[in-house]
Amino acid sequence: MTINPRLYPLLATIGIFVVGYAICYLQFPAMLSTRVIGNLLTDNAYLGIVAVGMTVVILSGGIDLSVGAVIAFSGVFIAVLLRDTGLHPIVVFALLLVLTSAFGAAMGWLIHALAMPAFIVTLAGMFLARGAAYMLTIESVAINHPFIVTLQNAYWLMPGRGRLTLIGILMLLAVVAGVLIAHRTRFGASVFAIGGGEQTARLMGVDIGRTTILIYAFSGLMAGLSGIVFAIYTGSGYPLATVGVELTAIAAVVIGGTLLTGGAGYVVGTLFGVLTMGLIQTYIVFDGTLSSWWTRIVIGLLLLAFILLQRGLLKLTAFGDARA
Amino acid sequence: MGRMARRLAPQILTLAALVALVSVFFPNFINISFDGSRFVGPIIDVLKRSAPIALLAVGMTLVIATRGIDLSVGTVMAIAGAVAAWAITSGLGLPLTLALALAAGLAAGLWNGALVAIIGIQPIVATLILMTSGRGIAQLITEGRILTFSDPGFAFIGSGAVFGIPFPTVLWMATAVAFAVLMRRTALGLLIEATGVNRAASALAGVNATVILIAVYMASGLCAALAGIVTTADIRGADANNAGLWLELDAILAVVIGGNSLLGGRFSIAGSILGALIIQTINTGIVLSGFPSEYNLVIKAGLVIIILVLQSPNLSADWIYLRSVLLPRRAD
Repeated sequence: MTINPRLYPLLATIGIFVVGYAICYLQFPAMLSTRVIGNLLTDNAYLGIVAVGMTVVILSGGIDLSVGAVIAFSGVFIAVLLRDTGLHPIVVFALLLVLTSAFGAAMGWLIHALAMPAFIVTLAGMFLARGAAYMLTIESVAINHPFIVTLQNAYWLMPGRGRLTLIGILMLLAVVAGVLIAHRTRFGASVFAIGGGEQTARLMGVDIGRTTILIYAFSGLMAGLSGIVFAIYTGSGYPLATVGVELTAIAAVVIGGTLLTGGAGYVVGTLFGVLTMGLIQTYIVFDGTLSSWWTRIVIGLLLLAFILLQRGLLKLTAFGDARA
Repeated sequence: MGRMARRLAPQILTLAALVALVSVFFPNFINISFDGSRFVGPIIDVLKRSAPIALLAVGMTLVIATRGIDLSVGTVMAIAGAVAAWAITSGLGLPLTLALALAAGLAAGLWNGALVAIIGIQPIVATLILMTSGRGIAQLITEGRILTFSDPGFAFIGSGAVFGIPFPTVLWMATAVAFAVLMRRTALGLLIEATGVNRAASALAGVNATVILIAVYMASGLCAALAGIVTTADIRGADANNAGLWLELDAILAVVIGGNSLLGGRFSIAGSILGALIIQTINTGIVLSGFPSEYNLVIKAGLVIIILVLQSPNLSADWIYLRSVLLPRRAD
């Protein structure tokens, strides 16, 4: 039986996660408890959700640098609206998701209409979202609404006393939704087609403009959802929060085995990319003697390893021959 | 010279308009006085504070001319600053300290260049690796602390003055002129442009594109190291977490405002320098005019979008079409 070479990066990601977890387990047997697993999901929930949106963007060959700023804006938006108006959080959440999706759609439209590189358009989006957050408030605003507190404390007690929190469940749901959208819908097929080559996609009859707008709208929606989760997780809104999350999300997507040039990858891989990064952090916390800056260096090395792996695979497969 | 003035007219007009606009809100903006040892005034302040962005923009211009991008410059600033602070506190002396910091920048550039030119990774991804891991390396050097020092010779680089002009200003101007002369008095500039327009074609024409690409990233690393040295010397300490944070975006913005295309090819260092001055004038102007600095980012976003619209290949095609429809005779 032969395995599709495109599955190698995904298998490598899952393999690294399993081996990494095994190493952690051998050193610290407590790592295998459901408590650690529950915390791993909870602590990385916002990153996982935003990375799902980023995966779809990267699959299309694009990039979205605005998501970190959008998360910060979301937190501030929720906190300020809950403080200054009597709106119910559900209404605020709905407003926010509409707003961030429209924001993403506008960026997608600009990318398509101006035919400019995605990263410079989303860079402007990042300035705009961060600036809008500053304009709402420059301070950290606490969220004390009883409904949010309820959400914070909502969890399902797993066997072994581990807590699978609501936001952890939300992340898993976002991944499932991402998998279905990317691999099971016509929109998903269009995304892969554009990532494989815009000219060919157009000749195949893909509506490039509509798909591009939807891709960035989806990323905006996920960034908004991630912002909600982050606001619940931290219980506050702060305009300086989540600086650089866009780069962490891109790193998670790459470590998850998605090709950065677009056209190949799996949304499930991103989940393992996020969990691998979370695992490194957890290991450093467990160890206690390693400094936190090792996290960055190890993530950088993993990133390099996966990019080199992808280059090698591109050369190996016929898929690479067609693109070179 | 006339062609250059025409090429840079939009940037010069923008800068002049900005200075006029800030002067409306803050009338003393263009006042310069001499306090006995050096010139002082808001304009001098802008010229001094634009040093890091201007230095980064010089290197970034060359990288962007090859159709690349260097996201790691802010991090390289932090690394060079950390190396410099470590060397000076270890008592290695000023010349060795500067040499080590610049070598760190060159090494970072060599790493980026090799990933891009030899292994063939897209520039945005190749430099992302150093961007994410570099601050970890800088913290490794400073051992997670903010290394402070009091060496007067090193501090001079950040806060000294030559003939009354702040040393950082002299440094960025000298660097920009040196690079511009090197590019335009030799064939180097042409070779870089050729590589940016079409790497395969220029390689066939005999341009050693691999060496050019690596050299360009090393130049960017060198400029970033200079910027890191200036920032470290200015605050007399190396802050691995915050030195140069987000400056890569400002540097890219300066290059784009300077009228350089992100799609590579023709470049203008003078344009990028004007772009850097425009950004710093906005930064300083907003504070002086009494606006909350929160508006800064929104204004920058607006600027980027306007420039994107002006640069858009789609719209320029529309323009040509529109003109040929409206003025059919003259188009013939």
